[in-house]
Amino acid sequence: MLIPKNNANQMRTRILIKIAESYFADKFKNADRIPLELRPKEQQPSRCCIYKDRAVLKYRCMSSLGFSPEEETDELKSLAQYGEEALQRTKPEKAQLCVIDIACSACIKAQYMVTNACRGCFARPCQMNCPKEAISFVNGRAHIDPDKCVNCGKCHEVCPYHSIIRIPVPCEEACPVGAITKDEFGKEHINHDTCISCGKCLQSCPFGAIVERSQMVDVLKLLNETDKKIVAMLAPAIIGQFPGDIGNVVGALKKVGFSDVIEVAVGADITTQKEAAEFLEKMEKGEKLMTTSCCPAYFRAAQVHIPEIQPYVSHTKTPMYYTAELVKKEHPDCVAVFVGPCLAKRAEAEYDPNVDYVLTFEELGAMFVATGINIDECEPAEFTTVSYAQGRQFPLTGGVSGAVASIIGDKAEVKAERIDGLTKENIRLLKRYGSKGCENNMLEVMCCEGGCISGPGCIALPKKASRAVEAYVAQGDDLNNKK
Amino acid sequence: MDKVTVKICSGTSCFVMGAAQIQALEFTPPADIADKIEIVEVRCMNLCKDIKTKYNKGPFVMVNDELIEEATFEKVVTKIREIIKAQEG
Repeated sequence: MLIPKNNANQMRTRILIKIAESYFADKFKNADRIPLELRPKEQQPSRCCIYKDRAVLKYRCMSSLGFSPEEETDELKSLAQYGEEALQRTKPEKAQLCVIDIACSACIKAQYMVTNACRGCFARPCQMNCPKEAISFVNGRAHIDPDKCVNCGKCHEVCPYHSIIRIPVPCEEACPVGAITKDEFGKEHINHDTCISCGKCLQSCPFGAIVERSQMVDVLKLLNETDKKIVAMLAPAIIGQFPGDIGNVVGALKKVGFSDVIEVAVGADITTQKEAAEFLEKMEKGEKLMTTSCCPAYFRAAQVHIPEIQPYVSHTKTPMYYTAELVKKEHPDCVAVFVGPCLAKRAEAEYDPNVDYVLTFEELGAMFVATGINIDECEPAEFTTVSYAQGRQFPLTGGVSGAVASIIGDKAEVKAERIDGLTKENIRLLKRYGSKGCENNMLEVMCCEGGCISGPGCIALPKKASRAVEAYVAQGDDLNNKK
Repeated sequence: MDKVTVKICSGTSCFVMGAAQIQALEFTPPADIADKIEIVEVRCMNLCKDIKTKYNKGPFVMVNDELIEEATFEKVVTKIREIIKAQEG
């Protein structure tokens, strides 16, 4: 059963809605009531008591206002004060994932454990197979000496009673680059120098202890308190994220105050063409391999963690880059807001002078709910520039390499391979490809399994969204026919 | 036996608040109820329009004639099982 959003994640949506509402109601003057409204006295607590629930909610509200709980200096500082400060910001805070330490349950270190199912059998394959002699028998049952155990898992594999289990730490398990680790008290911390901002820890923590700085309030302020021209750049994964037709969604964006709405699929078309040209050039030069570069989490991972693959990463810029360039060329004074499924885009935007803010679909959804917009009832509007089928398929795994290959056509032989999901295992694979070579010549790397439609900022079910994207791709013209 | 009708509201607020996730019933329903339910995606049922903060009770899901407020996947499945049990009992 795959329900990508757990309760902890759904609470995040509710908090964002409350924050947006609080902005409209009184510019956060009563924001300190939000934790109480979300956890009223009569409700069953989800942690030890409602007071802890509320304390954690306060930190989550802080992050929705764009602050990192790590930076807290005064515990008594109210949400109203944070709100006031948030409204004084003139540029977004640095993107950052962070652990709320009081919410972190300090899960026990990942380990193998012998359960009651152990029969203390005669064969004792666990003991026989343990390479470190870590297993002894105490009171007729296997016992693992934690000082000797190296977590290889051999005992777990061989026990005929399945009595040895592995207890993982979900966030550490999910982080592909080992950027989240325990301190001496067992609480998790994120190393901001090595974190690739993929958001897998945030998606996987069963305690909802991981948050990131939102930029929603910054955008709400711009939309409602300035006359600036604000342009929304919608990532191609938008298709299927909201009920109603894409035209209605564009209409809804205009209703919340965006003056223009452009599809990032248009930029993806440019990426497709440039990447195809780059591939041809590289192959002519005799290079063996090129990997895609549009996934910002992978791009960063290659820079920081996979030096072996770094020389093969395409130099072509991302769809967001080209779209923002177009937008700023046409309206140099506008504010360009990227809206997508991705948290790593926030980090990418910091290096892109043309992108001013990054929102997730979830944050956009919260803005719709808080303003009482029903997308179905919004006057349909159209995108100013129309995208092609190639750019539209970027959010699906296989989409980017497929699009690029379709432009290359028979000009060169494309042997594409998909790395669908950046896991620890796939990082090892990429290292090997970089150092020992790969039998294919094009690698498409997507950090989120299934592609951007599974990104941490998504609302819809990936399965449902991918159907919608496929239908939208089918409606698009072939970029090869572009005049 | 009639199938249990599950109407999932896909008005904007319900969808954003979590109805989108309940649509998992369409793709991966628990095996025991898989062939006993019919999923209908409905437009806004106007249940959120009463008072300004009524969306707090969303997402809304109707299982046969019974309204589930603040619906979650678990709540909906529990209700479906209850109804099926009553029908079979």
